[in-house]
Amino acid sequence: MNPVNYLYLAALLFTIGATGVLIRRNAIVVFMCIELMLNACNLAFVTFSRMHGNLDGQIIAFFTMVVAAAEVVVGLAIIVSLFRTRHSASVDDASLMKL
Amino acid sequence: MNAENLIALLIAAPLLGAAVLLVGGRRLDAVGHWVGTLLSAASFVIGVILFADLLGKDAEHRTLTQHLFSWIPVEGFQADVAFRLDQLSMTFVLLITGVGSLIHLYSIGYMEHDERRRRFFGYLNLFLAAMLLLVLADNYLLLYVGWEGVGLASYLLIGFWQHKPSAATAAKKAFLVNRVGDMGLSIAIMLMFTTFGTFAFGPLLGTHAEPGLAGGASEGKLTAIALMLLLAACGKSAQVPLQSWLGDAMEGPTPVSALIHAATMVTAGVYLIVRSAAIFNAAPDAQLVVTVVGAVTLLFGAIVGCAKDDIKKALAGSTMSQIGYMVLAAGLGPIGYVFAIMHLVTHGFFKAGLFLGAGSVMHGMNDEVDMRKYGGLRTYMPVTFITFGLGYLAIIGFPGLSGFFSKDKIIEAAFAKGGTEGWILGGAALLGAAITAYYMTRVMLMTFFGEKRWQPDENGNEPHPHESPRVMTIPMIVLAVGSVFGGAIFGIGDRFLHWLEPVTGHSHGDSPVSALTVTLATVVVLVIGGAIAYAQYGRRPVPAVAPRGSLLTRAARRDLLQDDFNHVVLVRGGEHLTRSLVYVDHTLVDGVVNGTAAGFGGLSGRLRRVQNGFARSYAVSMFGGVALLIAATLLMRAV
Repeated sequence: MNPVNYLYLAALLFTIGATGVLIRRNAIVVFMCIELMLNACNLAFVTFSRMHGNLDGQIIAFFTMVVAAAEVVVGLAIIVSLFRTRHSASVDDASLMKL
Repeated sequence: MNAENLIALLIAAPLLGAAVLLVGGRRLDAVGHWVGTLLSAASFVIGVILFADLLGKDAEHRTLTQHLFSWIPVEGFQADVAFRLDQLSMTFVLLITGVGSLIHLYSIGYMEHDERRRRFFGYLNLFLAAMLLLVLADNYLLLYVGWEGVGLASYLLIGFWQHKPSAATAAKKAFLVNRVGDMGLSIAIMLMFTTFGTFAFGPLLGTHAEPGLAGGASEGKLTAIALMLLLAACGKSAQVPLQSWLGDAMEGPTPVSALIHAATMVTAGVYLIVRSAAIFNAAPDAQLVVTVVGAVTLLFGAIVGCAKDDIKKALAGSTMSQIGYMVLAAGLGPIGYVFAIMHLVTHGFFKAGLFLGAGSVMHGMNDEVDMRKYGGLRTYMPVTFITFGLGYLAIIGFPGLSGFFSKDKIIEAAFAKGGTEGWILGGAALLGAAITAYYMTRVMLMTFFGEKRWQPDENGNEPHPHESPRVMTIPMIVLAVGSVFGGAIFGIGDRFLHWLEPVTGHSHGDSPVSALTVTLATVVVLVIGGAIAYAQYGRRPVPAVAPRGSLLTRAARRDLLQDDFNHVVLVRGGEHLTRSLVYVDHTLVDGVVNGTAAGFGGLSGRLRRVQNGFARSYAVSMFGGVALLIAATLLMRAV
């Protein structure tokens, strides 16, 4: 199978993720869309790794997963505490940082 | 002891006097005037010793220099406190200290009833010290120190009776007008430094045998330097257009007027021009301006002198006119330098004598200065009458007296300039001689001849004219003797010419008229001027109230509208200029600054709306930015 197709898939997933981040209000959904974008990137890295015949891309994919895991821990903690104080998970409600 | 080492003492003596008298306080009130006079006389004695020393050498080696210390020793900028005594400065030293000492002596009597007499003598000594520093300095920077010192001392002395608002104003006016000239001198010094890299006399002006750096620069630069020096000279010597302070300076005590007009201050400008002869010789355009300034001033002062009823102001007009003669002569170049200085010295004698005589008259007349209230004083004050009369004969150039020798030479030199200029300048000088004879005869007739015209003042005190005390008449007698014989001593056998020639150089010029013709013409015009004055003031009684007079007379009474001119052109003009500058500052400069600030303020007011606190809108801008960057990168690759 032609590896370029995987790149198309990665681009598609990234676009869905980015669109989700921009248009959805629920923090959980936004979070999931960010995960989608990260995984789209991972897919692209692995594909390039295969295309160029070295392992650098695969190693970076592992790094991304580790960082994403850490980020999930912190991010979910923020969302939970946000929900506790405001009784809503909408990102637009948390707009205090403005003039 | 070497003669060189005495030079600094010349200045130190009066400077010490000034310091002691001004710092010493009331304890010295009883002896202060004698301390001042003795120190001034000591300076004169040192001057005579040095003069004898110079006479003992041959003409080419009569320059003594004394290096005291390095004032500003910087790489490439060497300013020393060093003195130069040559024939030119020697002449000035003797004039300043000699006439100055006589004026000190006179002041003892004149200021007897003034409770601030000690301070007055302190200022007089300061004046002498500053003037001596000016003429003895070996570079222009040190000369500038003396120059400013003279300005300061004149300010203090003109405004000595500071309780009179008119005196305070006159002092301020003299100081301000002098500042304009001082600016010229400082610019000239800066130009010298940038052009030649030095302002010391030695390397700059050179000697007769080897010319200095001054000849080496382009004519444009030399003309600029010379014109700035002329501006300086105009300020100190009260030449048009900076003449307006001189008349008002009469507010000072009369000995001050004598000192300013005869021995110091106004002669400084002539000294500066003659000292800078090497620069002026190389800038013929500037020399032409100098002669024009001199000729205009000599007529200006003479006309003003004709209309004044205040005896001191009439004499002030005469000073302006006589200094005009000197400046004219100095502008003529090597044919005139010697005669400018010679007239300066003879003028120093007779003008000091005239002023001291005027002071003596005022002393006897309860400080009345209006000549229309004098009349017939010759019987009351015989000594004053005779000394004043001799000074009068000297200043109008009566044959045989000192003014005759020096003024005649200047008129001759003016004709010798050659061409149309020579005729115009010579004619102006001759006309000036006629007017001089007119106004001086007028002063003489109104003061000492005719009927007595004085009246009791509002308190019923009638003046009782009386001869002044001995301490005042002795200086007047000495000065009168100088006025009578000075010219003959200098003029006969060209003694003065030979004495000064090694410093200033001399050439005879090519006169279109013979010397005898000039002399005859001078005598004729002086007789005509005197005769007109006699017809007007001698043959018929002088009205006690001044008649209205013609338009010219009224203008001359107002100093030919000099103050009105200054007011309209300089004061009003200055006010308009500052106002328009303030307007430009407010609208343009402030407008640009405030406009920039307001522009940024408004812009940031709009930009801050972008900070709306919505995380998703920040995300949009981030995505947009990244998309733009990627697009740009791809575009650059494609290109």
